[in-house]
Amino acid sequence: MTIINTFEQLLDECITKNKKIYEIAQENAAEEADITVEQVRVFTNKTLFAMKEAIQSGMASKELSMSEMCGQDCHRLQKRYKKTRAILGGTFEKIVEYALATSEENIRMGKIAACPTAGSCGIVPAALIAVSEDYNHSEREQINALITAGEVGRIISAKVALAGAVAGCQAECGAASAMSAAAICQLQGGNVSQILNAAALALKNILGLTCDPVAGLVEVPCVKRNPFLAIHSITAAELALADIKSCIPFDEVVDAMEQTGALMSPTLKESSQAGLAATKTALEIQKKIFG
Amino acid sequence: MKKTTLFDIISPIMIGPSSSHTAGAVRLGLLAKNIYKNKPRKVTFKLYNSYAHTGKGHGTEKGLLAGVLGLSVDDRRIKDIFDSELAKTIQYEFQYADNFKQHPNAVEMTFEGDTKMFIAGESVGAGEIAIRKINEFNVKLTGKYNTILIVYKDMPGMISQVSSILQYHNKNIASLNCDRNAKGKEASMLISLDGSVDDTIIETIQEIPEVYFVSYIEKLEN
Ligand code: SF4
Repeated sequence: MTIINTFEQLLDECITKNKKIYEIAQENAAEEADITVEQVRVFTNKTLFAMKEAIQSGMASKELSMSEMCGQDCHRLQKRYKKTRAILGGTFEKIVEYALATSEENIRMGKIAACPTAGSCGIVPAALIAVSEDYNHSEREQINALITAGEVGRIISAKVALAGAVAGCQAECGAASAMSAAAICQLQGGNVSQILNAAALALKNILGLTCDPVAGLVEVPCVKRNPFLAIHSITAAELALADIKSCIPFDEVVDAMEQTGALMSPTLKESSQAGLAATKTALEIQKKIFG
Repeated sequence: MKKTTLFDIISPIMIGPSSSHTAGAVRLGLLAKNIYKNKPRKVTFKLYNSYAHTGKGHGTEKGLLAGVLGLSVDDRRIKDIFDSELAKTIQYEFQYADNFKQHPNAVEMTFEGDTKMFIAGESVGAGEIAIRKINEFNVKLTGKYNTILIVYKDMPGMISQVSSILQYHNKNIASLNCDRNAKGKEASMLISLDGSVDDTIIETIQEIPEVYFVSYIEKLEN
């Protein structure tokens, strides 16, 4: 097995072996963990199932989080779309609803699948499941897409830990949107180069995103950031499927993210000392919650 | 640091909202339970720094208690654990403190029951954890390996005695770490293993005269 730690290596491996990203990823993951490819797919399917469950429970709930900052926005969206259709149509409606449903489920202590983190848990499932429903992608294809997303996240994390405290939100929601772009591109029949360009475009256009959660809770801005970045990932996939390339190769985009994360002030990396968390309103909210 | 795998990226399936403050807390409780082994009568949790400040909003207290009671990170009962029948089976107390020398997400747990045990740990990110102290001994337990904890009279030759027992039973050591307590009379040895061990190995180690105490700590499921 060739150890793959860069996107260039991944692309080479796919070309030499004439395989898709998910094929290489599932074979390597199986070999490394000493299990079968089938077991890797079963594991992935469990995550996929948990994602669908979270969407379902999230769509049906109006329960607020403990801080009472979030929990009813998915409900508001559903109410609007019962009367008025979204400008961009049904799939858009689903994606923003599913992303909010999942993220709200997370903050009310419901069950979710971290992907890659809990704060960014709504992005990949919203795009992947909404598009699969509307374009009739089978469960097998959904698993292929989720493995593709996972492999993209894994290779990013070989350079930068996917944590707001390490590199800001570009490493959480940003990485999730790159993973999601890859998944959508895989679902819609993109080739390996298109998939990697989709992920690179998504990440490139979110560099510098800080992590400044109000009152130190994974709620504001995290919850609403999920629908934004799910849609962002669709834009990236659409561009890439038209053979639009990222001028900067994916590996270098990841390098840029690493450097940007290192240069980012620690006050903007999950410590809630600056940015949104330090606004007058945020401080008032914090006082109300924690006294 | 262990390399991140494909599996790490698309998991865990967990109760929200935070991998470090919720899932990590559950796992700290679970591993502490595996170390203490018996059901405690009472557990006192002392939360530090970020755990103390934002714990309430993240369900950190609920997670810790749920873990000690044996619930896994994806158990829906975590959310209402304080109101559950299960929680009535033990006493628990939460304390809060600031200490910049401690990790941002640190907790100290005092188990009381047939014996008293002090277990301290940290949630180091992405749901990963480390137990750092068991009673007066410094340790590093991540819950990823089955581990044997041995407390013994500090003297030369113990490591080779124990490793020859393991070798005899064909067990592969993944890592080994030792520590002495302040008085220098007792020492501790933590042996992480590939695979699991059965009771006979533990009993054989127990029979070494200088061994005061042996415990087999099972790894966490996810
Ligand atoms: S703002 Fe911070 S806590 Fe919220 S999702 Fe982004 S990285 Fe996570």
